[in-house]
Amino acid sequence: MAMSRDQIFGEVQEVLVDALGVDDDEVTAEATLMGDLGAESIDFLDIVFRLEKAFDMKIPREELFPAESLMNNTDFVNNGKLTETGLAELRNKMPYIELGEFANDPDINKLGDLFTVNTIVSYVDSKLNAA
Amino acid sequence: MASLPIVLTGQKMRWIWIDKFVEFQSGRRAVAVKNVTLAEEHLHDHFPGFSVMPETLMIEAMAQTSGILVGEAKKFQEKVILAKVKKAVFHDYVKPGDTIKLEAVIESIAPEAASTSGRITLGEKLIAEIDLMFSHIDQNLAGKKFPTENFVFTDTFKSLLHGVLVNGAASGTPESEQN
Repeated sequence: MAMSRDQIFGEVQEVLVDALGVDDDEVTAEATLMGDLGAESIDFLDIVFRLEKAFDMKIPREELFPAESLMNNTDFVNNGKLTETGLAELRNKMPYIELGEFANDPDINKLGDLFTVNTIVSYVDSKLNAA
Repeated sequence: MASLPIVLTGQKMRWIWIDKFVEFQSGRRAVAVKNVTLAEEHLHDHFPGFSVMPETLMIEAMAQTSGILVGEAKKFQEKVILAKVKKAVFHDYVKPGDTIKLEAVIESIAPEAASTSGRITLGEKLIAEIDLMFSHIDQNLAGKKFPTENFVFTDTFKSLLHGVLVNGAASGTPESEQN
């Protein structure tokens, strides 16, 4: 199934509007799921279920939102920040994510800011293109 | 009669808000009924002179119907907790004397959660559409611990399934495991 990035964005936007009860125009590419769109933990599973239906794909546990498993591992987190190993693991698990400033100050409280609408679009894009 | 399960099982009575299941397809779909009666005292005040079933209690009835469907899908090994009301749209009133039918369908189920869609009807008339999400709380990603005893699915709750579940096997079309 070939889909352009714009088409994927449109579908993702619809999923987020339904899952989070937000307006279309709030779902910009840069909007963070937790900070800007108010997503809570159960919403992430809701989003995963809806994406699976919208794109007819299977999204394995932890693949799209691996943050929690990172945070529970002491090899990856030290003193409230991701270690070098943790950062490498994050890059490995989420090659489609843009770390930017976070790489210089990998405070785990800012981890949530990495999950933007664009993250989901990139993830779906990578899944569809890999297929 | 409500005290009977306490005598039999020694467990705490749970608040049961549906009367029985009339259809049950394991892991897939369930239909329950609830009879609404003026003996329910909250109807005297909701509203004086105009008794209608509170919409919140329609959500509760659907949560029980869907929650038991989700619980049975994992053989009642998970603690299934209502986590999100995804949609609740109400089209008409339910009054004392009405028998409502609650139909729940599992849309997705994963190790940590399930999502369901539901419809409440009165005869042919659509009363409400209620879509829910449930968490399997022992599988939570934060690693929080809960009591080992399954406080969600007590024997009292499971007794609702008498007649539609035979020896633990569901009636209706069997459905292969979804994940």
